[in-house]
Amino acid sequence: MSKTAIITAKDVDVFYGEKQALNKIALDIPENKVTSLIGPSGCGKSTFLRCINRMNDLVDICRVEGSIQIKDQDIYAPEVDVVALRAKVGMVFQKPNPFPKSIYENVAYGPKIHGLAKSKTDMDELVEWSLQKAGLWKEVKDRLDQPGTGLSGGQQQRLCIARTIAVKPQVVLMDEPCSALDPIATAIIEELIDELRSNFTIVIVTHSMQQAARVSQRTAFFHLGELVESGATKSIFTSPEDERTQNYIMGRIG
Amino acid sequence: MTDLITPSAQLKRRNASESRFQWYGRGAIFVSLAFLVVMVGSIIYKGSGAFTTTDVALVIDLGPEAVDPAAPTDARVEKIVKDALKARFPEATKRAERRMLYGLISNDAGFELERFIAANPAAIGTKAKVWFRASDDFDILMKGSMDREAPESERRLSDLEISWIDSLVADNDVKRGFNWSFFTNGDSREPELAGILSALTGSALTLLVCFCFSFPVAIMAAIYLEEFAPKNRLSDIIEVNINNLAAVPSIVFGLLGLSVLLNTFGMPRSSPLVGGLVLSLMTLPTIIIAARASLRAVPPSIREAALGMGASPVQATFHHVAPLALPGILTGTIVGMAQALGETAPLLMIGMVAFIVDVPHSILEPATALPVQIFLWADAPERAFLEKTSAAIIVLLLFLITMNLLAIVLRRRFEKRF
Repeated sequence: MSKTAIITAKDVDVFYGEKQALNKIALDIPENKVTSLIGPSGCGKSTFLRCINRMNDLVDICRVEGSIQIKDQDIYAPEVDVVALRAKVGMVFQKPNPFPKSIYENVAYGPKIHGLAKSKTDMDELVEWSLQKAGLWKEVKDRLDQPGTGLSGGQQQRLCIARTIAVKPQVVLMDEPCSALDPIATAIIEELIDELRSNFTIVIVTHSMQQAARVSQRTAFFHLGELVESGATKSIFTSPEDERTQNYIMGRIG
Repeated sequence: MTDLITPSAQLKRRNASESRFQWYGRGAIFVSLAFLVVMVGSIIYKGSGAFTTTDVALVIDLGPEAVDPAAPTDARVEKIVKDALKARFPEATKRAERRMLYGLISNDAGFELERFIAANPAAIGTKAKVWFRASDDFDILMKGSMDREAPESERRLSDLEISWIDSLVADNDVKRGFNWSFFTNGDSREPELAGILSALTGSALTLLVCFCFSFPVAIMAAIYLEEFAPKNRLSDIIEVNINNLAAVPSIVFGLLGLSVLLNTFGMPRSSPLVGGLVLSLMTLPTIIIAARASLRAVPPSIREAALGMGASPVQATFHHVAPLALPGILTGTIVGMAQALGETAPLLMIGMVAFIVDVPHSILEPATALPVQIFLWADAPERAFLEKTSAAIIVLLLFLITMNLLAIVLRRRFEKRF
């Protein structure tokens, strides 16, 4: 497994002030696969996700120990530039949060600040590619100049995905991307996640075990700040080794 | 289940208290509106007179013995005007009567005649009809604000003066018109000549200095404190002190300006530069507090989105957060500016209370400001300054309304949904 692992977490402890949120997490995340993080509320799965692109740096009282390596580079090394890291590790949030700008500008913003497009035609192509990949192109190609906030919730979330992949990151982190969406929009996004897998490594936090079972190849179960069990999704759902995993999957805790 | 048509006693009480509360609210709004209407109404009623003025026509003899065609600028214009008045009313022979007669028209008449001669060189050597500004008491009589029936000793004009005025009116030599000079003149000791322009310019220059200094400083301080500064004891102390600063009486800032800006740095006294700097000390906390509040109101998801894209904190702030906070920041700025516009006390301390006739052309020249002008005129003994005071208040209110409209327009422009 470790040969294809793009992200390797070792002994990750996270503290919010005095309170320990994650305890000695060790997890390998394989390249070009979908890994889902599941567990009851407050188990630390979102905290772990946000460690991968150092979004936790924004929380003053948050302290991360241990090491997380992406392609053998420790992302918590002092010389690492967070901006460069976040260009490599994009993030889609729980609530769709497009910028209050046009659809085009939403997608073009990342490439613009990272200098990825040399010319206007390059940028147009990149925007189209991203929207195509996010399955949104057909719906918005005639109204790229309209505000992204005017789209429906599911479309907004796909716009956020398009915006994230426009920077061509290696890893896309998704923090419960479907929790604010209806079942149809959710199905579209799930399909999309499956397609994106060929280009990107995806780590998704989800509350829905069905969703984890549908979209992911690997699953990690968190409970009370600990990583209880991780492995192939199929084996986690059919033959969990730990009793807590089994209880959670059966709906007895959570 | 209880009856849906006839409410229970408890529900009746609830409904009654609800409608009672709504009536209290309406009453409060009515009372405050009534105060506003009374205030603005009385100001407009008193001040409207200042926007019209009275002019008197005199036939001026510009013959060779009065104006030398070779050197028209050497003419003794004031004597010519007095001669014309004497010619018009030959019955005034005593010194006291003569003085009353000369008092019918403004002190400025000589300059007016000079301007007339310069503009109409062809009139030299002829008899010309020239309009002169009437004196303030004449003007008040024409506006009907003087009681003709009152005993002579209680009137500002004697029976003789009133009879002259009536004869001028009968001969169609008196006209009323819009008082343009109120907007083109500076202050004057003569109410009929006093204008608002120097105070208006002084206020505009002062506000300009205030804006140029306080806006960038306040915005930078607010953005840094809200977006970048670590939250620790020091930033708490700074925050508390900014809030305290907003509550400091403005005259204290005036004293500070006097001792530091004028005495230590030797900046020019009475200048809009010093006035603007002192006022910006006052507006700084207002803008900082408003800007921080509107920055805080920007949803954190926008910040996360930008940072998650790999935007640096400065990019996230200036590309996404600040534009969304801009309407609130602008509103706070205009509110601060409006406060500064109406502020008098600190300006008194730095000498902007001076009697300024000339319109200031730069921020270094002595100037006065609208509220100070109102204060000065309200203090003046002449009856005619009463309406000037109200008129100046009207101008100040219009200035304020313009600023608020600007704020609304800017807010509409920049407002975005998120």
